[in-house]
Amino acid sequence: MSTITDTRSTLTGLTPLPPASGRAGFGGALRSEWTKIRSVKSTVWTLAAAIIISVGISTLGNWGQASHTSLSAADLARRDLVQRSMFGIMLGQLVMVVFGALAITSEYATGMVRTSLTAQPRRLHVYFAKLVIVTVIAFVVGEIISFASFLIGTHFWATKGVDLSLSSHGALQAVIGGGLYLDGAALLAFGVGAALRHTAGTITVGVFLLFVVSIIVNFMPDSWQADIDKYLPANAGGQVWATQHTADVGTAFGAWAGFAVYICYAVIALLAGLLVFKRKDA
Amino acid sequence: MIQATALTKRYGTKVAVDHAEFTVAPGKVTGFLGPNGAGKSTTMRMILGLDRPTSGSVTINGIPYDKLAAPLREVGALLDAKAVHGGRSAYNHLQVLAKANGLPRARVDTVIDLVGLHSVAKKRAGGFSLGMGQRLGIAAALLGDPGIVMFDEPVNGLDPEGILWIRNLMKALAAEGRTVFVSSHLMSEMALTADHLVVIGLGRILADEPMAEFIAKNSVSYVLVRSPQMADLAPKLALRGWRVEMQGDGSAHVYDAKPSQIGDVAGTEQLWLHELTLVHSSLEEAFMRLTASSVEYHAGGTAGTGTTQDAAKPPSSPDAPVWGEAAGDGRAQPPAEPDPSGQPPTPYQNSERGQ
Repeated sequence: MSTITDTRSTLTGLTPLPPASGRAGFGGALRSEWTKIRSVKSTVWTLAAAIIISVGISTLGNWGQASHTSLSAADLARRDLVQRSMFGIMLGQLVMVVFGALAITSEYATGMVRTSLTAQPRRLHVYFAKLVIVTVIAFVVGEIISFASFLIGTHFWATKGVDLSLSSHGALQAVIGGGLYLDGAALLAFGVGAALRHTAGTITVGVFLLFVVSIIVNFMPDSWQADIDKYLPANAGGQVWATQHTADVGTAFGAWAGFAVYICYAVIALLAGLLVFKRKDA
Repeated sequence: MIQATALTKRYGTKVAVDHAEFTVAPGKVTGFLGPNGAGKSTTMRMILGLDRPTSGSVTINGIPYDKLAAPLREVGALLDAKAVHGGRSAYNHLQVLAKANGLPRARVDTVIDLVGLHSVAKKRAGGFSLGMGQRLGIAAALLGDPGIVMFDEPVNGLDPEGILWIRNLMKALAAEGRTVFVSSHLMSEMALTADHLVVIGLGRILADEPMAEFIAKNSVSYVLVRSPQMADLAPKLALRGWRVEMQGDGSAHVYDAKPSQIGDVAGTEQLWLHELTLVHSSLEEAFMRLTASSVEYHAGGTAGTGTTQDAAKPPSSPDAPVWGEAAGDGRAQPPAEPDPSGQPPTPYQNSERGQ
């Protein structure tokens, strides 16, 4: 092989490259995936939308509640104002589902996956490189959303004489948790996307798991709800961005136990996605 | 060097590639010829590790594709010009690939200039015409200065200028000592570019030989005879041991005989002749005969000589114009198509080859 390389002329106008410097490895896969995600407008817009929608809804909610409440400061203190201040996460998670889904399904929708796997045929490299990039980006964007929502919220509540800050009881952990919850939504969608290879199907499944399941369970008898409710993704994951762990029916998990259950959903999806990505013809 | 050993791919009960054995050697253009659905693309996807063989194997210089240290340095492939994210610029698309294999950034500019996409390099690839997309795919294939290049139907849908450019590029790459493996469903296209031919039909390798050998073996000639007294003439010709195929329009194809011999017979019998033409059947026809028999063998259909069937079509439509898609897509040299009326196809001009 090398002898052929050496004797090659440059009829096609190509200057021969120096011999390969090494193996196409995980570092290259990471750089490649990072280039992919930042060179497409749809990712940038999706993430911008996530921030604008989430922080916007949170701000509206904080403004509305803080300026129109009839409760006394003491009564308000018994409410989970930290979680309420980040209400926009409820919608933001849907946009994060879209982001996590598109990170992988767009490769199948466009056919790019065949080019990607030709450049890096070691599929686990591609899968985990994508996973790392999605996790980091969703984490950063998630934390921007939760911190911005909370900090804007504290200003509204301050006008009501309610002292809310990151040093309030459990506040810092819940605000960090808000970003983690959003990250989890993106990862869940990424795993489902790798398994289904279809954008619309993936977003449907994501919305189903995070929203619709809760609604369905609401129609069940209370005794059933008591057993099921706390395991639902949104309810379990919701504990990590709450300071008070109560449930409408039955009991609730603590912050980190709830988050662990929530992340289990994402891990199951990611494993299913990994199997399909590794084994199925591209 | 690409080497396939008992390469097999099954989808359920359908066999897409059936124990394919072939070698693609460096320094020449190897044509991979077969009708649509014959298994060309599946084979190429297996070479690149995109599809997993059901059994058998295929290697690149002795190594499976997914074990190559830097795949783009060894194999450049253009399977589908549309396998690009339309929202990404041509430049960024190539950057994505370059980074995956640790190729220098400057290399991206080099290949963009080579394929003539400099002015649109920062534009969204989604807005590219088919020809521009094809050029981007070729830039990607040449990115790693690979010793092996693979193109799947590269001239499909291109304008004459683009076709000529690709033909010359493939020949130049081969002349540089690279392995060039190019698939096509058009014999006429292969006749112009390929030095070696691997023919596939219904997943089976039907021929693996130098182009010159394929031509010598497969170009058949016959004499077209037209006579108002064909009914009388045909038996006399058959008596001489020549094969006579009646064409139903007062003409007949006579094999194994020279025009002069047929003229002598007609003269002796005092029968009128209206036409006496020596016809060389085209390579296209030879190829179709080859693949038609593979269709017969597998499907038990009624495919006749000169008519082949798409593997996906039921055997009940033997007249389906499999080569019909060749018409009207702007090719410089449309292939000789089997004419349903029974007219002889355009004679194959041997002088066209080897330019």
